[in-house]
Amino acid sequence: MSHQPTNIPSGTQQHNSFGPEHRRYFFDTFGITERLLERCLGEALSAGGDYADLYFESIASTSIGLDESLVKSANQGMSAGCGVRVVAGERTGYAYTDDLSADRLLRAARTAALIASGPAKEPVSGFREKTQQNLYPVLSPEGDADIASKLDLLLRADRAARAADSRIVEVRASFSDEVRRILVAASDGTFASDTQPLARFNVFVIAKDGTNITRGSAGGGGRVELDYFLTEKTPEGFAKEATRQAILQLNAVPAPAGEMEVVLGPGWPGVLLHEAVGHGLEADFNRKGTSAFSGLIGQSVASSKVTVVDNGRMPNRRGSLNVDDEGSPTQETVLIENGILRGYMSDKLSSRLMGIPETGNCRRESYQSVPMPRMTNTYMLAGDDAPEDILRSVKRGLYAVNFGGGQVDITNGKFVFSASEAYLIEDGKITAPVKDATLIGNGPEALKFVSMVGHDLRLDEGIGTCGKEGQSVPVGVGMPTIKLDRMVVGGTGR
Amino acid sequence: MLETLTAHQELTAALATQLIDQALSAGATDAEAVLYEGDEFEALVRKGEVERLKESGSRAAGLRVFLGARTASTSTSDLTPAGLERLVHGAVALARVTSEDPFAGLPDPTSFGQLSGELRIYSNDVDDLPAAERIALARRADAACFAADPRITNSRGGSFDSGAGHKILANSRGFVGEYRRSICSISASPIAQSADGQMQRDYWYSSARSAAALESPESIGAEAARRTLRRLGARSVPTQQVPVVFSPEIARSIVGHIFEAANGSLIYHQSSFFAGKLGEQVASPELTIIDDGTLVGGFGTAPFDGEGLPTRRTVIVERGVLKSYLLNTYMARKLNMQSTGNASRGISGAPGIGAGNLFLESASPLPPASILAGIKSGLYVTELIGQGVNMVTGDYSRGASGLWIENGAWSYPVEGITIAGNLREMFQNVTAAGNDMVFRSSVASPTLRIDGMTIAGS
Repeated sequence: MSHQPTNIPSGTQQHNSFGPEHRRYFFDTFGITERLLERCLGEALSAGGDYADLYFESIASTSIGLDESLVKSANQGMSAGCGVRVVAGERTGYAYTDDLSADRLLRAARTAALIASGPAKEPVSGFREKTQQNLYPVLSPEGDADIASKLDLLLRADRAARAADSRIVEVRASFSDEVRRILVAASDGTFASDTQPLARFNVFVIAKDGTNITRGSAGGGGRVELDYFLTEKTPEGFAKEATRQAILQLNAVPAPAGEMEVVLGPGWPGVLLHEAVGHGLEADFNRKGTSAFSGLIGQSVASSKVTVVDNGRMPNRRGSLNVDDEGSPTQETVLIENGILRGYMSDKLSSRLMGIPETGNCRRESYQSVPMPRMTNTYMLAGDDAPEDILRSVKRGLYAVNFGGGQVDITNGKFVFSASEAYLIEDGKITAPVKDATLIGNGPEALKFVSMVGHDLRLDEGIGTCGKEGQSVPVGVGMPTIKLDRMVVGGTGR
Repeated sequence: MLETLTAHQELTAALATQLIDQALSAGATDAEAVLYEGDEFEALVRKGEVERLKESGSRAAGLRVFLGARTASTSTSDLTPAGLERLVHGAVALARVTSEDPFAGLPDPTSFGQLSGELRIYSNDVDDLPAAERIALARRADAACFAADPRITNSRGGSFDSGAGHKILANSRGFVGEYRRSICSISASPIAQSADGQMQRDYWYSSARSAAALESPESIGAEAARRTLRRLGARSVPTQQVPVVFSPEIARSIVGHIFEAANGSLIYHQSSFFAGKLGEQVASPELTIIDDGTLVGGFGTAPFDGEGLPTRRTVIVERGVLKSYLLNTYMARKLNMQSTGNASRGISGAPGIGAGNLFLESASPLPPASILAGIKSGLYVTELIGQGVNMVTGDYSRGASGLWIENGAWSYPVEGITIAGNLREMFQNVTAAGNDMVFRSSVASPTLRIDGMTIAGS
């Protein structure tokens, strides 16, 4: 896996060999034609409005699960549909259909059009299709890679976890993958299509020592296919990591309570950024003035050592997309530069209403969902400090290296994230592992206390799912080792 | 009324049984089909302007097949004959590669059944409300927030949402059942700003099976504003141990954790601290926790569960003693017990565990004011954030905000703190429960006081 995401060459893969194939899929499978797309967009703008788009989506997914050394579950799903959106000023009308016949599509367009009330507008005539980046070449677009090989991955993880330690009493493993095809056509002439693979492997274990029972889990993936788990990230690796965490917890002491110095390890602890600043920098909250970051562009919101970017164009990353769900190319966007708030993550609607650049951050859970600005892969750039020096500088604090989820209240800025692997730091040394504890901070303030930034930037393993207004989308996070001079740790100990 | 998108031919039980026949012909030894069709409407009005209007419907089919002791499932949104053919053959092919599991299989036919009588879980009165009236309800809820106080300066909008679903379940052992459920709600989410620029949000809502049963948008907006305004000026408090009082809407999460701890899936996986504790004192002797899928008009009521067993009333904890786990057929077989009719079944995958109407009864309920009255210094929690709950160990640590209690009454708002403890001790340390339980959703609790938790703050 890439440990230096900033070195990723951008714009070197301009030719997308699957371009014509994406488009043909909806045309061939569902009988969609350019003429029909134009008719639907015309119908969508029949009562006026500034903009309309059609989002076609088809997903084929598979998931298999192992429990008690048996492959107990296997599921396959197919879904297809189209969402029609009409935007008039700040108003959005939305309708969708899972029947892609001309009649149903036109009916959905008429329903979405009810948001506007004025004279009909004409969509621009003729679609423009841009050449696209190809961040995740798809080798088996039907998602039908050998099921037996996937089952074997689960069995390998089971054997490895049980062999790792005799105190492991339960092992569950799962593998899920999907291929999502999209086609976007909009009244501004946008025409884009994409084929997006997504795969994830996960291992969950229970360790038991006398009456002491603990859990451990590990997983990973991205916009990758089966091959990735045979070569780069093997089931044995995930199994060992899950086992290590569960065994470690057998000896955990209560986490401390109160404000203290906190060191966060590299990689997944970047969920801090996602919660502390990421959501607050999504353009929709700022357009409406409901974010704690509203009106802070150009102001200091973090220590000068902090630079945070959102980057949707990292090859094979879970949060990456060739085009966003409005058909715009994704990009790398600087959110915070040396502590100064530089910009928001936006979509076409926010960009037009706020007069800010469009950043290719428009996403949606499915064709049934109204799209909105969302994160892709969000991370902090590396600094100059050696991770050992960072730990050595702490008199008494917490070193947190792995986390469960987090949550933020956009309006008052309060955010939490829950450590699942953390240690006490005493006199510059890592001592006892501690039990699960939630850390809490205030978004616009927390990163001002970042006093050291490591040179060890790492991205997470590909496990993040972000929820906003009931919609889930895959995302990535990343961070080098950092030190926060103060943060509240929510344990029960002293 | 907007032009409806669900003008398809309706799904029928005949289609479900046809799918089962196709699966048996394709080689399955048993099969279960589920069909679902639903529609949704959403109107969001913010600062007087309609911000979002959404209306649509969708349909899907799911199939679970058994080949002896092997099983697999498939789902699709393509209900054409060709799509259903793929659904059937995909499931049978997939089942061939899974492991033999002697515990797998459909329920025993003698356990099938459905509640009879009028459950009052479906009303179509919302269909008679024209779109303009639905939008007006959302608009009135948002306007009521702004009318309440000049410090309400912004909002995330007032909304009116409604939806209805039709579910059909059938299997090869003779069960066929179907039901419709409807839901509609009005909500408001204002933002208040103090003179020093601090912003706070909160919300309030009313949900019901029928539009006629909703509370007025004015009362929802006024309550949302009251809840938001009381957060202005919030600050942190020092790290300490004090009694924590959970407001009813937050105490629901504690009742939910008791349900989770008794979830049969966690039990047989040794992943819950309730495993092996049947018959033991797991909570304060004041507490009784009940799951009841049969309550007339309930938000969690259905005539049968996800496997075709009648829903029922299950006492999970009685006066603090763990009486029952929550089980579906598979988990019951693993634990050598009987299903409690708690199978939950979506369109895809195998059945999981789900609650009906879940609630808490106290042996000696108190007015909420007298619960506060007994506390010299403490925390009244009105919001929790984060997922810091470990059901294996019981370790509990979440972000909190609320009101500080001083000398038996609310004093000032607090935020930026965590509350932590262990659920095993927290359940035992419920030292008071209120008489103020109301079903606003499928899980309900009165006010709860829990002692011995640690607050971490400044």
